[in-house]
Amino acid sequence: MKTAQESAMARSGRNPIHSFDPNILAHLHVDATGAAARVEKICKTRMPKKEHQAAWLKAAVTMIDLTTLEGADTPGKLERLGAKGLRPIPDDPGVRVAALCVYGNLVERAKKILQGTPIKVAAVSTSFPHGQTPLPIKIEETKALVAAGADEIDMVISRNAFLTGDYYRVYEEIAEIREACGEAHLKVILETGEIGELKNVWVAGEIAMQAGADFIKTSTGKINPAATMEVGLIMLNAINEFHRRGGVKIGMKPAGGIRSAKQSLQWLALVKETLGDEWLTPELFRLGASGLLDDIGRQLHHLETGQYESYDYIPKG
Amino acid sequence: MKATITFQKDNMKSLAELKKKLFDYGLNPETTTIEIKPQYELFINNEWTPPLSGQYYQTINPATLEPIAKIACSNAEDVNRAVEAAQEGFKTWSKTPPAERAKYIFALARMIQERSREIAILETLDNGKPMRESRDIDIPTAARHFFYYAGWADKLPEAFHGANMEPLGVVGQIIPWNFPFLMVAWKVAPALACGNAVVLKPANTTPLTALAFAQICRDAGLPPGVVNVVTGRSDTGANIVAHPGVAKIAFTGSTEVGKLIRKAVAGTAKRLSLELGGKSPVIVFEDAPLYQAVEGVVDAIFFNQGQVCCAGSRLFIEEKIADKFIALLKERMMKIRVGDPMDKNTDMGPINNQNQLDTIRRYVDIGQKEGACLWQPPCALPATGLFFPPTIFTGVEPAHTIAQEEIFGPVLAIMTFRTADEAVELANNTCYGLGSSVWTKDVSKMIAVARKLRAGTVWGNSHNKFDAAAEFGGFKESGFGREGGPQGLWEYLNVKRETGSGKNEQEDKKPASSSPLPAPRSPLPAPVWKTPKMLIGGKQVRTESGRYWKIFDHTGKQLLANMNLGSRKDIRDAVEAARNAWPGWAKATAYNRGQILYRMAEMLSSRAEEFTEKISLQTGVAPQAAREEVLISIKRLLYWAGWSDKYTGTVNPVAQTDFNITYPEPIGVAALVAPRTYPLAGFISKLAPAMVAGNTVVLVPSQAYPLTATDFIEVLDTSDVPSGVVNIVTGKPEELSPILAEHREIGMIDFSGPPDLAKKIEELSVSNLKRVWTSGEQTDWLDPELQTRAQLRRYLEFKTVWITSGY
Repeated sequence: MKTAQESAMARSGRNPIHSFDPNILAHLHVDATGAAARVEKICKTRMPKKEHQAAWLKAAVTMIDLTTLEGADTPGKLERLGAKGLRPIPDDPGVRVAALCVYGNLVERAKKILQGTPIKVAAVSTSFPHGQTPLPIKIEETKALVAAGADEIDMVISRNAFLTGDYYRVYEEIAEIREACGEAHLKVILETGEIGELKNVWVAGEIAMQAGADFIKTSTGKINPAATMEVGLIMLNAINEFHRRGGVKIGMKPAGGIRSAKQSLQWLALVKETLGDEWLTPELFRLGASGLLDDIGRQLHHLETGQYESYDYIPKG
Repeated sequence: MKATITFQKDNMKSLAELKKKLFDYGLNPETTTIEIKPQYELFINNEWTPPLSGQYYQTINPATLEPIAKIACSNAEDVNRAVEAAQEGFKTWSKTPPAERAKYIFALARMIQERSREIAILETLDNGKPMRESRDIDIPTAARHFFYYAGWADKLPEAFHGANMEPLGVVGQIIPWNFPFLMVAWKVAPALACGNAVVLKPANTTPLTALAFAQICRDAGLPPGVVNVVTGRSDTGANIVAHPGVAKIAFTGSTEVGKLIRKAVAGTAKRLSLELGGKSPVIVFEDAPLYQAVEGVVDAIFFNQGQVCCAGSRLFIEEKIADKFIALLKERMMKIRVGDPMDKNTDMGPINNQNQLDTIRRYVDIGQKEGACLWQPPCALPATGLFFPPTIFTGVEPAHTIAQEEIFGPVLAIMTFRTADEAVELANNTCYGLGSSVWTKDVSKMIAVARKLRAGTVWGNSHNKFDAAAEFGGFKESGFGREGGPQGLWEYLNVKRETGSGKNEQEDKKPASSSPLPAPRSPLPAPVWKTPKMLIGGKQVRTESGRYWKIFDHTGKQLLANMNLGSRKDIRDAVEAARNAWPGWAKATAYNRGQILYRMAEMLSSRAEEFTEKISLQTGVAPQAAREEVLISIKRLLYWAGWSDKYTGTVNPVAQTDFNITYPEPIGVAALVAPRTYPLAGFISKLAPAMVAGNTVVLVPSQAYPLTATDFIEVLDTSDVPSGVVNIVTGKPEELSPILAEHREIGMIDFSGPPDLAKKIEELSVSNLKRVWTSGEQTDWLDPELQTRAQLRRYLEFKTVWITSGY
């Protein structure tokens, strides 16, 4: 049963924190071969062409969380990235990326760069990427980032808790961080490359959604494999189930290894074929990427001129 | 200096302007162009030959209704020319060293790969199937088939455990329109690998890719006459079937036509394999991988517009998840794209031909009239072309027509079940047995259900997967014979004895003179009069009819017994008993069955003397010969008892990641009509392997010398043979055999007797397409040839199980 508050929040669109329901987790079944076959079928039979493809690619740009997550990140690097994010397609100034995704230290600078624009600042939190610190530290970290202006928090689940079967602790941590986020939206990184079987992706995703995630996200980008489409398919199925059950729409963010324009089209097709067009907005779908924009720029050039483009002609981010 | 991006402003459209394109795929048509001739001739003796009939017919593109080409229409003389060419071709081809044959077949495979795009386009034009299916499934799978059998050509003895074999000669192959090119591969590749020559007849609506294949044969330098392609209508097929120069018919198509062919070849000694219709079940348990199962249903029934012989056209959902599953399925079906098959984003093209479209429409009408609830996603069909939308029916009951009859279109009948047992019962409640799928994450349950399903293929957590290394073929009225895998070779070879058994042969021919048996005594005077009874359901009974006939000794002077003259009703009761005993007997472990046969051997051995005497007394053969028959019969029982736990299947290295096995299963109730001669060895040679294979038996003993069989009832009684596993009905074979041949509960009949009766049995067997083996009166029932692995195959059929493998 949903509480009145939960129902109200569901109506307002944002996912509330639900009570933990472990029974659901026991009934999530996945066949990896079938999932791979479904992905293959979509990749082979769902490709937009010509102007449609151009439209899709530009739409994809508006769903990018333009990301830099290096120990060596500096304000200078961030300025470069910000400029690229504000003008990802030089000749179509109406197009902007959805967000910049950065480490906590750079949140204030990012806010400054993006002032007056609709581009969000997303910050990774909870001792990204490993998450191996005590919960109070993660809560404090999150609160500090939100105070610094982060619009969105990308947290990692505790793989430690997940892999020891302590699903409640996974849930509890997410719920605590969700509380700490306040108005900031929460993306929960499942780090699917570290949690084993495909079925676990659904289990982890379900826990995150129960705990109030606004988005579920595949990976930190620090682990291989990262955002495979099979993992994405299962997460989209999980989102569909959650929606069918409570009417709340959760967002999806693949991240890690998405570098080509073709991959971005495949991801959009995957979402379209599973959840439908209504999910294809920056509010419900993000692509976490750093180099992707360059290839999209090249592909758009090819679509519009029929000529192949060189990276030399694409401004660096 | 940094250059600027040089977009051509005029061609640029902003995202705002392009908004309308979101999120449509746009058109994605195949752009490769191919050459199609206005007219195609027959392919005989490696030459393109105008038909003697002088006639041509027009084919059309089912997506547009535009004409494609004129196709030669062959008459009986054309077929005769093709068969004669093939007979010549056979002389060369069968003498070609196997490794050389392999090279040619390999070349065919390579050339198919090289021309794959062209063939795929032809296929889609002709058949209407989506380009992505021709391109990604049909043509690559066909090429793989040629590679696979190229690899077998030079290692046939290995495939048969060292047995000798020879090709059959000219094989007539008649293929359907649903997978025109893939069926060419399934038919031609194993036939050529085994050294046969081929007369191939493609379906009249889809001849183009078979003709393209003919050109490939020519280009690959295949010797003239090895492959001949004759186009035409159904009479062309009938002419091939009827041609005396054809040694074997391989047919894929409808059960209706399959039965006509079965009748037509009855009594001709032509080999036959049939791959026919289906009404394959898809069983979804509550612990299924839900979303993959939904996708599996889409693959099962909407692949190739449902025009698939193993299409999963009956969906059984565990009742507790039925509503949710149907909702998800409908959601998924909203995404199916029906339209131009040349578009690479199309999931479903048109139905292949107007007749089939009419059939589908008729069934959909019937479904609604019988009270089932129709649902189709809203989807705009092209204005022209033979399109039909994906369709599901809920509220279907097993008694509805659409749950029983093959529709051969994108129409799914959805039903529910409560327990695994009920799912199996409902799934098996059909005259067909081709495909099936089981959806659950409980692998134990999956395997148990897979073993109980009466279908040639069971897919675990998938449907409609095919591979050259995995056998495919039917149980029941879905036909017989297997295509693919090592079993596929059997259909194109005569397998002789196993060379390794040379020594045993000597032994068998001349029983050791140091036999432990004492010399037979002369019959005891005035034995107590004994009434030989029949054995039905474990009980010794008299005939329902009350009729009897007299059995005399070989001199014709001494009355030995008044035999029950078994009737139609006795057969009915015997079959009923055999049917009821079957599940238990089939489920018994191979070890158990072996133990029982060993026990039978022991019991027969301890009464060898008595059996010897009785054989002599009835037949008048010398005691020594009678004793030889008894000894060989004992040997047979021991031999087959030992086979019980050794006849295994194969794990197939398929191209998919699936775990794939093919293994033998019993057929069910076996009817055995014993030869007139050899009162003991005649029926033991059939009974023992039939039992070991897990069949239950209705045996009609020799009419001339039935006392040995009725005496054998005592051996059975003392050997722990469960009731109903062996039933014996005495009487006249010419009366009883036709009743057996027509009885639909019987899965196979092994008949020995005169040719005219054998022909009649073969004709009558179409009642349920039972497997038929016939042997004439000249058979030597002491021949060690009857103790070979090949012999056991008669009483088995092969099931292929696919299980997905992944996490």
